[in-house]
Amino acid sequence: MIPELPSFNLPVLTLVTLTPAIGALLLSLVDRNNKALLRQGSLMISCLTLLFSLLMVANFDNSVGTMQLEESHSWIESLGINYHLGVDGISILLVLLTCFSMPLVFLSTWKAIDDRVKEFHIALLLLQTGMIGAFVSLDLILFYLFYEAMLIPMYLIIGIWGGRERVYAALKFFIYTMVGSLMMFLAILYLYQHAGTFDLPLLLERLRTTHLLDANQQFWLFSAFTLSFAIKVPLFPFHTWLPDAHVQAPTAGSVVLAGVLLKMGTYGLLRFSIPLFHDAAFNLQPLMCWLAVIGIIFGACMALVQNDIKKLIAYSSVSHLGFVVLACFIPNVETITGAILQMVNHGLSTGMLFLMIGIIYERRHTRELADYGGLAKVIPLFTIFFLIAVLSSIGLPGLNGFIGEFLILYGVFKVFPLWGVLASTGVVLGALYMLNMVKKFLFGPLVHAENRNVADLSPREILYLLPFVVMMVWIGLYPAPLINMVKPTLSLYVEMLKS
Amino acid sequence: MDINLLWIPLLPFLGFLINGMLGNRFGNKFVNAIACGLPILSFAISYAAWSRLISEGTELHWNGFPWIWIEGLVEIPFALHLDGIAAVMCMVITGVGSLIHLYSIGYMKGDPGYHRYFAYLNLFTTFMLILVLGDNLLLMFIGWEGVGLCSYLLIGFWYEEDANCAAGKKAFIMNRVGDFAFLLGIFLCLAHFGSLDMSTLTDATAISALSAETLSVPLLGSVSVISMIVLLLFIGATGKSAQIPLYVWLPDAMAGPTPVSALIHAATMVTSGVYLCCRLMPLFEAAPAILAIIAGIGACTALLAALIAFGQNDIKKVLAYSTVSQLGYMFFAIGVGAFSAAFFHVVTHAFFKALLFLGSGSVIHAMHHEQDMRKMGGLRKQLPFTHLTFLIGTLAIAGVPPLAGFFSKDEILFAGYQQGFLMGVDSAALFWGISFLTAGMTAFYMIRCVALTFWGESRVDSSLEGKVHEPGGWIGFALFMLAVASIVGGFLNVPEFLGGHATLGHFTGLHGSAASHGAAASFSPEDLHAAEWKSMFLSLAVAGSGLLLAYYCYGKGHALRTRFTGSGVGRWLGRLSHRKFYVDEFYATVFVRPFETISHLLFILIDRILIDGILVSGSALLTRGLGNWFRKMQTGFIPGYLLTFGCGVLLLIYMMLSLIQQGGAQ
Repeated sequence: MIPELPSFNLPVLTLVTLTPAIGALLLSLVDRNNKALLRQGSLMISCLTLLFSLLMVANFDNSVGTMQLEESHSWIESLGINYHLGVDGISILLVLLTCFSMPLVFLSTWKAIDDRVKEFHIALLLLQTGMIGAFVSLDLILFYLFYEAMLIPMYLIIGIWGGRERVYAALKFFIYTMVGSLMMFLAILYLYQHAGTFDLPLLLERLRTTHLLDANQQFWLFSAFTLSFAIKVPLFPFHTWLPDAHVQAPTAGSVVLAGVLLKMGTYGLLRFSIPLFHDAAFNLQPLMCWLAVIGIIFGACMALVQNDIKKLIAYSSVSHLGFVVLACFIPNVETITGAILQMVNHGLSTGMLFLMIGIIYERRHTRELADYGGLAKVIPLFTIFFLIAVLSSIGLPGLNGFIGEFLILYGVFKVFPLWGVLASTGVVLGALYMLNMVKKFLFGPLVHAENRNVADLSPREILYLLPFVVMMVWIGLYPAPLINMVKPTLSLYVEMLKS
Repeated sequence: MDINLLWIPLLPFLGFLINGMLGNRFGNKFVNAIACGLPILSFAISYAAWSRLISEGTELHWNGFPWIWIEGLVEIPFALHLDGIAAVMCMVITGVGSLIHLYSIGYMKGDPGYHRYFAYLNLFTTFMLILVLGDNLLLMFIGWEGVGLCSYLLIGFWYEEDANCAAGKKAFIMNRVGDFAFLLGIFLCLAHFGSLDMSTLTDATAISALSAETLSVPLLGSVSVISMIVLLLFIGATGKSAQIPLYVWLPDAMAGPTPVSALIHAATMVTSGVYLCCRLMPLFEAAPAILAIIAGIGACTALLAALIAFGQNDIKKVLAYSTVSQLGYMFFAIGVGAFSAAFFHVVTHAFFKALLFLGSGSVIHAMHHEQDMRKMGGLRKQLPFTHLTFLIGTLAIAGVPPLAGFFSKDEILFAGYQQGFLMGVDSAALFWGISFLTAGMTAFYMIRCVALTFWGESRVDSSLEGKVHEPGGWIGFALFMLAVASIVGGFLNVPEFLGGHATLGHFTGLHGSAASHGAAASFSPEDLHAAEWKSMFLSLAVAGSGLLLAYYCYGKGHALRTRFTGSGVGRWLGRLSHRKFYVDEFYATVFVRPFETISHLLFILIDRILIDGILVSGSALLTRGLGNWFRKMQTGFIPGYLLTFGCGVLLLIYMMLSLIQQGGAQ
């Protein structure tokens, strides 16, 4: 199935991770008035990154569950910090998701961003390196660096290119996330002092054998890591920064934020919090699961009463990622497979929804539902694409959203029927708020004269929406390749948690 | 020649893609050819598969590919299977479906969304066929939710009107409520059977192996796994097949174009719940307690819907409630173990109810979209052919022999009679009574409908004078074909006591009644036949009296009617029926509005005030306050600094000591 590759040993992960950053460096040499070159250049760089990520997939062995394509170099020897990268079934799809979305995000900004184009593109490219780096780092300090490195470009993107209250939103986003990550940093240092390494695989090994943590230590370390990730997800009740950030962020910012950045939280739970401190994770399971379930239902209720489309989608993210958190804390192969697929699917559906809201915002400069209605007649093509994204988001079987939801809910239900049943109500509520929104947004009479001449999708817009649709249908009908990629890792992972 | 089952759903899907993407470029002729041609081709394949099944007895299977497949844990393939019931359903869907597609050519002429309409209709056909052919419960669920989606899109087809979109949304969400239960049922099946394949779920040894397992469910106590599965699946069915308590979406669904009502909301989609029960017959039979509930829900729905149908003035609403009522019959049949009768009624109902809807469509089309029967009357003269076919449909649904409805309804009533009286099951006897009464009521409200529309004085608006014509063309053709089917459809399954062979029942392998397997041995054939005759005469009598009563109320003179509606009780009952027993209002007050209010309250109190206001901004304020406080400590007073420094050192020493102690303890 996979073509035979030339056997020179390319450091694939380094290529994937650093290409955007190097691209950003190159862009900084370009004249700031040459907007076309800046736009095309960053598109090319992100496409190149996508290409490298496909190379990564081609080199990835589906039958192996351990870390692959590892690169390890000593970096700051005196502090024991290594440049250690690797991918496994948990991270590979998220790397792919990032690399898949970025070219489309770049395409979407051609008209939307006309101010400080150069800085904007550099910020986005650096953000991409941060995200990919965080997914592939196997050294805690390296991870922390990438993790924090994402924060700054995102802060700038919201704060400079955002809406009216961008500064408040950016600051809220920054402080919120900073509080969490500082705790995590302290915890990382404590771990180093305790086990003498920043290297994740080594640390996992030592914490299980020679350097056991007592219950108290586990509790505090787990809390420190998890707080940081819970804010990122965001888990109820740490979610209130998200609606503000989304509403104020420019489209590209929202797409990256919802599409990839939030997954950093759930990824962190899966990669660090739970395996490193699994006794604490087990002890706190009821709390975390309740928060997740409350988040699912609460987020849906909040989405129901929003008048701003972006806020509505933001709250729907709280609901959808509640499923993922629930899955993370009830780990079996079904739930974790579901969780990873749900992360990808949420990235696709919510990413596409934000892109499309961006499209309509460019034309009408409002996000209030009350300003719309009856658009289906004016922009039929837009309506079709939007409906597909909505259906994917509400988990219509046959599209991608269903696969993840089904596996999560089944896996949870099997072990804890009560949580399974409560979480499943999210399926009904999701349809409720989404279809409400669709009705107010696209259907009904065309009451506002301003909407009468809104232009339908342009070829460029179709070009960057179509890949989303293709992925949605593909994953919905034939998710086997993705499941096969993650399964060996997850078997080992679940076994490790059980032992 | 090998028949690949995939083509049956794939062809209409291609139609959907082609018309959806290119339909607006190539004009209506092209759209017609694609939209009608491909389902007809699909019908041809279904027919071939069906005759293969008859001649060779081989069930067809398409292995497909792994869908949700985690080796050893969750193995759900995308595979299709065609057995007797599926074959008949495929023929009905593609057969009646194709006729309705053809009819739509006439009905939708000139609509700006012409190609969109046909694309949706083809997509619906696809999902319906997947629902029927899916070899496992989850694949069936794709079809199940997919038809719901198409129903949503087609109810709200004329989306510029708010009411239509609201109706579509209501349909989808009510169905989702049912689907929530369906999904839980699927989880239970997968957890306990380890597979969702139809063959496993209907396997006698697998079922009996599970029969002893129980679950403890809040409120219900300890329930057997199988009962719980069956209950959940049935709740799913009440959504799609519009039963109490989830039926209220179906009458609103009449907002869609009339051919849609005929295809989706009468002939095919709404019967999927019944199909589900038939498909999983052995599983349902293993849960007799739930079957009793199903019989009760079915009978009560049949009665309630018939009562509401009395008071409706919109011709489509009458038919909609009649559909709900007939679906109730089918579930009653399931509940008394007469799966074969239920399935038979699915088929005959598809014929005559599609006929009635298309007839009403023909009237509505001729009347320039007038649906209120109070503004009709006397249309027999202008629309003789429509009148004739509509009357055939009416007599068929009323159970007049030898039309289609007679045989199927008689079989259902007999199954109830048998379980209630011969086997002495009290609840079945009660529900039989209800269904029996409803049979008379069916005849009554249908004749009322015919009389108000076609007979008597014309109440047609003068602006339509001379403009009301028989539609003809494809509309006439579809009416004719369905009228023929409604006349002869019953002969598919003539019972043995009338000299038939119960062909359909044998072909599908469905059980005719709870007594026909197991307990049957206790009755002699003579006893059974005598009872069958008795039951048949009873149902004929009740249908006949319903017809006659309606004729004297609406057809010939109005004395009886005026006397009834003039009385206080009559007025009160009429109002209750007209306002649909206030069920919609009840749901709005008890569920919808409180939920919205609570959500608003949660948003303001919890999200805005508590979390974002007090906790988040509060901690920001706290930090700022502390900062101010610390700032005041920078006094420049050296001894003060020294004091603080000393305290800090002491604290550090204390912490180090305690850490060392802790280390020693380990």
